[in-house]
Amino acid sequence: MSPTLMLNLEEEVSMVLFGVGFTMLLLHRNLIKKIMGMNIMDTAVYLFLAAKGYIEGRGVPIMTDGVQDASAYINPVPSGLVLTGIVVSVSTTALMLALTIRLYERYHSLDLDRILISMKMEEEEQL
Amino acid sequence: MSFVQNFPFFSIIIAMFSGIVSSVLSGKKARAVSITAITVTTVLSACVLAFCLRTGQSYTYMMGHFPAPWGNEIRAGVLEGLTAVLFGVVMFLSVVGGLHYTEEDVEPSKQNLFYIMIDLMLSSLLALIYTNDLFTAYVFVEINTIAGCGLIMMSQTGRSLTAAIRYMVMSSLGSGLFLIGLSLLYDVTGQLLMSPAKEAVARIVADGSYQIPLLVIVAVVSVGLAIKSGLFPFHYWIPDTYGYATPTASAVLSGLVSKGYIFLLIKFFYRVIGTENAVHSHIINALFVFGVAGMMFGSLRAIMQTDTRKMIAYSSVAQIGYIYMGIGLGTQAGMIAAIFHIFSHGATKALLFISCVGLYKASGDRTDFLALRGSGYRNRLAGAGFLIGALSMVGFPMLAGFISKLLFATSAFASPHKMLITLIALAVSTVLNAIYFLRLLIGLYRPTKSGSFAEMEQAEQSGRGGTAGSGFAAPAANPWTMRIAIVCFIILNLILGLFSQPIVRAITDGLAMFG
Repeated sequence: MSPTLMLNLEEEVSMVLFGVGFTMLLLHRNLIKKIMGMNIMDTAVYLFLAAKGYIEGRGVPIMTDGVQDASAYINPVPSGLVLTGIVVSVSTTALMLALTIRLYERYHSLDLDRILISMKMEEEEQL
Repeated sequence: MSFVQNFPFFSIIIAMFSGIVSSVLSGKKARAVSITAITVTTVLSACVLAFCLRTGQSYTYMMGHFPAPWGNEIRAGVLEGLTAVLFGVVMFLSVVGGLHYTEEDVEPSKQNLFYIMIDLMLSSLLALIYTNDLFTAYVFVEINTIAGCGLIMMSQTGRSLTAAIRYMVMSSLGSGLFLIGLSLLYDVTGQLLMSPAKEAVARIVADGSYQIPLLVIVAVVSVGLAIKSGLFPFHYWIPDTYGYATPTASAVLSGLVSKGYIFLLIKFFYRVIGTENAVHSHIINALFVFGVAGMMFGSLRAIMQTDTRKMIAYSSVAQIGYIYMGIGLGTQAGMIAAIFHIFSHGATKALLFISCVGLYKASGDRTDFLALRGSGYRNRLAGAGFLIGALSMVGFPMLAGFISKLLFATSAFASPHKMLITLIALAVSTVLNAIYFLRLLIGLYRPTKSGSFAEMEQAEQSGRGGTAGSGFAAPAANPWTMRIAIVCFIILNLILGLFSQPIVRAITDGLAMFG
């Protein structure tokens, strides 16, 4: 195993997770699993950012004991990005879940293909 | 610092706060707030545009108290101002034109929600136009997506709900890719602001390190934004989304929302990656190929439709293809053509969506070609609006669409390898456009009874209706708001078509400021 592979373990894991989440969101028929996929995908990005912002042996970027030297702390920007990203992904997840509830109430299914079929059937009945 | 320089920030914040305030207002008041906000922001953007044209340069505006590499920034130049003004005008006319139908389609208790979505949409579009910070762009991309999804599901039919979930799924994929692209870029360059990031990218390219990550960044961001703007082959959510929302929502979604993402992509190429590197990365060639494919496919699918709404929606797929083809040419001229097409398609497609509702109303709310036969006589103004819009789409001289086609064709000569494909694609797709739009237009202006036109009018006035058998009542008069909107849209189209020189010059100057 090459040494760089072990060095960037978090990043590699996050890329794999991103792929897993992306594929789930794109290909899974079940809406709940799609939403799970979306969350895995977003979380993978946060893992990636957090791993990139972390510097071995340094502390949380909150000023402690009056130490003002930047070299005592990890990079705070990725953490800020992760927090913002979490807010965004929570709101998209909430919206997707609300939509899923609506669709389930209407079509009694979580399977997107089945929902599309029953929607078409409903429309044909109306005509 | 001039006071005008605050205006981009003001316009974003006004739009956002009007959305927040509207959440406790009734539908009517929310509507008034929303229309006021759109008007005010458009005027403010016009001031910004005038300011930048006068001073002849762009400026950055520091948000908060942290200077360049750390803080957040807004940037305004001629192109940003122009885009904001045109988006504002199209948004205003779409909201005003669809006012009456929004009241009909949306439940009274949810009217204010509709206008909240419009306000949020406006603020996020303005933020996408003005921001100089990539992560801010990501946040507003998501706000834009959520607002768009809200607009789609407003009418609460089965179609619109499924359209909304499809839209959300595709948009989330796009935003996920965009986000990972940004994260990678941050890791490679250490910057999130566009100008410092560009310097860092230039350093990286110069010393030859991180070439593959850079390629991946360009690819991932391009694909993410392409998915979100509905480039072929990621377009499958478009027809339902645009076709089954309320008229205002359709007009705003197809005219502006997808364009906001394209504008962001252009900014990304110019302000972060640098056009040279974008061209060298060959990602741009992929955009070109898919753009051309989208032009063909969208038009072919539009020909196969028998439902007007879907036909117009598939025509959007083709038009997005045009824009990406322009970007894909990889030259300054191609980019100018693409940006001009963003404007002209925004104005034209919104006109089509607003005016075709008048035709549906005159045909008993039916949207298939058969029912619409002769409706150009039943609702003359809507017919005229549709006629102008369709002719502009086909590329009739004097209208906006003609200028964009002309710009695309002339810009093709600057890139020898892609010239032939571009010209052939333009020619074929114009013919295809003409086939489906003119077929519908001929239907619209076909007297429905074998008798003369005068007889048909008489039949209409006596209330027996125009189309045989279906017995339509006398056509409902167009709401005055819609009349104003259609007339203004037609004028906007003529302005873009007849006075294109100053606009093209402004785009050129704006792109130079991007540099």
